[in-house]
Amino acid sequence: MSFFQDPVSAISALISNFLYTLLPQAWAHLIMTLLGVVVVASFGLIIVIFLIWVERKIAARFQDRVGPNRAGPYGLLQTFADMVKLLTKEDVIPEKADRLAFNIAPILSVVAVLLIWAVIPFAPGWIGTDLNVGVLYIAAVGSFGILSILMAGWSSNNKYALLGAFRAVAQLISYEVPMLITLMVPVLLARGMGMMDMVRDQAVWFIVLAPVSAIIFLVSSIAEIGRTPFDLLEAESEIVAGYHTEYTGMKFGLFFAAEFLHAFTIGVLFAILFLGGWRGPGAEEFPLLGVIYLMLKASVGYFIVMWVRSTLPRIRIDQMLALNWKFLTPLSLALLILTAIVEKTFEGNAWRVPALLIGNVIVLIVSYYIMRAASRRTSKERVTFKKRPVAKPA
Amino acid sequence: MTAQQGVFLFISFVILFSAYTMVTRSNLVHAALFLVVTLFGVAVIFVLLDAGFLAVVQVLVYIGAIAILMIFAVMLTQDNAAKQQESMNLNYGWALLLSALFAFALIVMLGQWPDIGGLAPALDPRRDTIAELGSALVSPDGYVIPFEVASVLLLAALIGALVVARPQKKDK
Amino acid sequence: MIPLSWYLYLSAGLFGLGLYGVLARKNAIAILMGVELMLNAVNINIVAFWRYLTPENMSGQAFAVMVFAVAAAEVAVGLALVISIYRRRKTVDANEINLMKW
Repeated sequence: MSFFQDPVSAISALISNFLYTLLPQAWAHLIMTLLGVVVVASFGLIIVIFLIWVERKIAARFQDRVGPNRAGPYGLLQTFADMVKLLTKEDVIPEKADRLAFNIAPILSVVAVLLIWAVIPFAPGWIGTDLNVGVLYIAAVGSFGILSILMAGWSSNNKYALLGAFRAVAQLISYEVPMLITLMVPVLLARGMGMMDMVRDQAVWFIVLAPVSAIIFLVSSIAEIGRTPFDLLEAESEIVAGYHTEYTGMKFGLFFAAEFLHAFTIGVLFAILFLGGWRGPGAEEFPLLGVIYLMLKASVGYFIVMWVRSTLPRIRIDQMLALNWKFLTPLSLALLILTAIVEKTFEGNAWRVPALLIGNVIVLIVSYYIMRAASRRTSKERVTFKKRPVAKPA
Repeated sequence: MTAQQGVFLFISFVILFSAYTMVTRSNLVHAALFLVVTLFGVAVIFVLLDAGFLAVVQVLVYIGAIAILMIFAVMLTQDNAAKQQESMNLNYGWALLLSALFAFALIVMLGQWPDIGGLAPALDPRRDTIAELGSALVSPDGYVIPFEVASVLLLAALIGALVVARPQKKDK
Repeated sequence: MIPLSWYLYLSAGLFGLGLYGVLARKNAIAILMGVELMLNAVNINIVAFWRYLTPENMSGQAFAVMVFAVAAAEVAVGLALVISIYRRRKTVDANEINLMKW
């Protein structure tokens, strides 16, 4: 019974006892850590295979068609077919490309996303490493992805790739600002930056305490991963394929996998920070249930990302940057100040929850009126043209 | 040779090697990438020194902002990518002598200090160093004034950089 | 396990390399990269002394945070100046930027 109750701890105790009899303690500890790394990374990479299928089916249903249904039952083997195709394609490196940077960029892109999975709490007691600065760590490893985009764009020796890389980096570093500020709101509410503590403190889910911050986090995360409506970095009609124009074969496959995994990771982070993580009935005694709850909540976040992708049109880069600096950043700062003030005033008081909720609603209403007044001020006159003679049929 | 010593020796070799490569490369984009490796090595050193928060802030600020800014500046100011100029200027001999002398003098002077071989005192694991750092930075008999001055400095740098780098209007 | 001297020697070596980068390079951006190396060496020094001599007093880490802030501010303004100079003179070679006004 105890094996089924907590299989991961039972298996790891078994392996570590076996290793301690063979090797000195430091080496056994190192091998256990490496095994943990392999398990977490494999989990992330295997989920990608399933995610691509889910994405294609759901995007198809939004567009009133069926999606892949030939390769295997319900098209489940479609991703394997795609991977085989990408693996067998010719690997083209442009003539004057910078070889080192060209080859490292896709690897760095996948690594940057997998590094986030190290601090995700799957269940009580199941976490890669319980850093006490988990939230800040997530923000820090996002910057490796940005570096990989720059390397990819520069090393391709292609003007359009370089231009696409510049635009991509401008968008990503701009949207890091509201993302970091809204990441501070759950940190304030949980009184700490560790991911495990963040889930343990969510007796009331943080989305109830800070709904507008959750929405801003979701919007800036969608911009961070480069999805529609913010996907002019790689949309075919915009700039060929942006920074990964010159990549073929498995290198493109790595960028592709990194993008999907990043989208799901955003869903998981949203679930942990705002939807209560692995909390649910029975999760304390049966950690497997905790994992299932986390995956269900993450799927809700991922579904919202796919829903937004299939529904909204693309926005231009100047509209995107204006949205970020003129709307999201001041709003997230205002919410941070509001949360800090309310948290300090109502410390330990039962009125904390309604006070925060009402405060968020007030900020939302005030910002709506400010936006309306601003757009009225800047809207131009309707342009009417003089009547011109048009060709009339004889 | 404990595991910690092994990690320290490996990381310090990585740091010094990539710093040396960085200051001798003529291809500036490669130099910027080796700068990123050096900065990451310094973050690992911070982890060895039990300053985990500083390690993460190092990655976030230096690699996530400063290194990217440097790479941007390099890409924007290279007018001909194929032209590899010589990376050193004419007095690199004197520079080599001076920096080697300086580093050597520092090492010798440090060696004179008797307590230099000391080992680290044990840190109480229940201490919350981040909370202590936070309260040190904002408490009135702590470091709140340097903290506020640093914020004003960053604001001034932000406005200054914007004003300086704005494209000038062409005079007719 | 690790004596303090190792950290101090590492920081001295890194500082020397940064100094060489500042004094010997032609490109203005490469000079700024050397300055970054020196600031990192100083940071290693401060945090090593904090850990080994006064771990109960948080001044070491607080000053390291100040160094981060100052380094970021300095790089931002320095690179803005370099880009502005490049626009006027089409060069970032430190040997050729030698007139105060032209």
